[in-house]
Amino acid sequence: MSEPVLEIRKLCVDYGLGDEAVHAVRDVDLTLHRGEVLGLAGESGSGKSTLAYGLTRLLPPPGVISGGEVIYHPVDGPPVDVLSLSPARLRDFRWAETSIVFQGAMNSLNPVHKVSTQLLDVIRAHEPGTTRAARLARARDLLRLVGIAADRLDSYPHQLSGGMRQRVMIAMALALEPQVVIMDEPTTALDVVMQRQILGQLAELRERLGFAVLFITHDLSLLVEFSDRIAIMYGGRIVEEAPAGELYRRALHPYTDGLLHSFPALRGPRRELTGIPGSPPDLRAMPTGCAFHPRCPRAFTPCDAELPLLGPPGDDDPGRAVACWLHPAAAAVPR
Amino acid sequence: MTTPTTDAPAVREEVLEAVGLTKHFPVSRRLGSLLTRTRPTVHAVDDVHLTLRRGQVTALVGESGSGKSTVARLLAQLYPRTAGTVRLHGEPVTVRGGRPFRAYARRVQLIFQDPFASLNPVHTVRYHLTRALRIHGNAGRTAADLDAALAKLLERVSLTPAERYLDKFPHELSGGQRQRVAIARALGADPDVLLADEPVSMLDVSIRLGVLNLLRDLKERLHLAILYITHDIASARYFADETLVMYAGRLVEGGGSETVTQSPAHPYTRLLIDSAPDPDRITGDAVAAGRERGDGEPPSLIRPPAGCRFHPRCPAAMPRCTTDLPPRLEVGDRPDHWAACWLYDPATVAAAREVNR
Repeated sequence: MSEPVLEIRKLCVDYGLGDEAVHAVRDVDLTLHRGEVLGLAGESGSGKSTLAYGLTRLLPPPGVISGGEVIYHPVDGPPVDVLSLSPARLRDFRWAETSIVFQGAMNSLNPVHKVSTQLLDVIRAHEPGTTRAARLARARDLLRLVGIAADRLDSYPHQLSGGMRQRVMIAMALALEPQVVIMDEPTTALDVVMQRQILGQLAELRERLGFAVLFITHDLSLLVEFSDRIAIMYGGRIVEEAPAGELYRRALHPYTDGLLHSFPALRGPRRELTGIPGSPPDLRAMPTGCAFHPRCPRAFTPCDAELPLLGPPGDDDPGRAVACWLHPAAAAVPR
Repeated sequence: MTTPTTDAPAVREEVLEAVGLTKHFPVSRRLGSLLTRTRPTVHAVDDVHLTLRRGQVTALVGESGSGKSTVARLLAQLYPRTAGTVRLHGEPVTVRGGRPFRAYARRVQLIFQDPFASLNPVHTVRYHLTRALRIHGNAGRTAADLDAALAKLLERVSLTPAERYLDKFPHELSGGQRQRVAIARALGADPDVLLADEPVSMLDVSIRLGVLNLLRDLKERLHLAILYITHDIASARYFADETLVMYAGRLVEGGGSETVTQSPAHPYTRLLIDSAPDPDRITGDAVAAGRERGDGEPPSLIRPPAGCRFHPRCPAAMPRCTTDLPPRLEVGDRPDHWAACWLYDPATVAAAREVNR
């Protein structure tokens, strides 16, 4: 496996302060390697977007990072702790090293400015030495990169279709050739046909430019197809992490298994599916022990009392980690 | 519960039928078009025929903007139609509000996509359900009757014990529970038809199936006719007896769900199925393979393409497709499987056989 580019260690994010605080992300350990697509899946309220905003320090108040560290490894030079960067350094770091494509990116373009203005603005802010002509040429290249004709530069966002706006956002995210691109539900608002086109393009661009992607979505079937590794979040914690194929073939955590059995299949025999009984946990009143135990079909004695920790499930599964008492090797030996 | 649907459903009683349903929305005129006579319109729905039968789920699948929600609203008589007929139990019905609309709504109920928006945040579950029961005359005479009716409604959507949910406000419920309340409210009218407009797409993945299974259970117990509108063709295969595929305001293919999803005939249906996420196709090659088929975007519905509306994107387009609108043509040997595509014209099929020979 290649070297890490972004390491998240014991990251905790709260909303609010003191006793009232809601712990949205707890003790998350996650490593993104150079050039890989890491999928992060979970239901709404599982903390996956909060995690993304936390590690880019974009959390709006009352969000507070209450612990942990985020280490970024530049291509050359010493590692940087993102959480302790000064505001000026942070501004340089953002977009140039990590960029983010937001949920509902279709609406994140400014409606009163042309696409060209918005693209040029990014480049000018980070590379003030360039000439306007050079920036323009660069913007044209970027649009071509995502499959939009360069003459659309002078369009306003409302003149573009949803799919094209999304591609402009991706072009903008790639403008400064970042090492890490975070995508928060980038295709949720799009149709399946458009979704496949955009993801296909993204996979191609990654081959060419070699950036790493943290891909956040609730659609696990999409992740299995498009990512190298998958991490599953539930109730603010990562409950399982594995290479995509292995996760699909043999899920270790009952929640992952439930999620995988929540998608009706297009091919193969038709089966009766049940989904997962119950509802996602309320972050204000989390269950004791494993957060999933009230919905878990295989819950047993320690589940409601003791919290399982994320760790390797056994000797025969390298590269996997799970937080479940069914795999006690993992639970007993914290990493 | 019985296993999902057989492929050739027995012909059941028709409850709601649409014939030649058409809806054009006027567009505000631009300066340039002031001089011309014709007023531009969005051709949202054109010539849609569909039949909802008792105890059967019909899925209507399409991308956003294909007009599938407009069909639901036309069937619910929320919009006046431009042309076409809606028949309820064989009787043509046109209502524009007032008492006739209530009488119609008693038979045909709509469930919306977003249970966060379709329930009033300042009222309790009890209020929402009581109102539906009262309006449609199912509340009974006494308070005890009403309580019994409320309990029965909540029990039908598996929100038990009823007392635990009756006095809750929408914000105290999870998304799945809210959608169940919305379904209970629709059932308060004791309808024959449920029009479900993307009932699960706003819900979390893990609870979607619970709601779909509930709807199927209701269909079987109450013999409801259900129109299930969705963009997820895999869930149509799972849940619906019959599937109709819509593209740019027109129906392009229809038939038993298993037939349509396993042997799709129309090039658009094939594109839709190839684009759906499929975990069995692990990374990479699928992306490249998908590249050759039907790139591009749905057409403008203000000036839709002549002939078949899919022809600008269609990999199998013939000269004829750009000029002549294809009618419904029978496909293969499956009963009731049809596609609006010239590839299935008897003449084309015969010519292709000739070439192969």
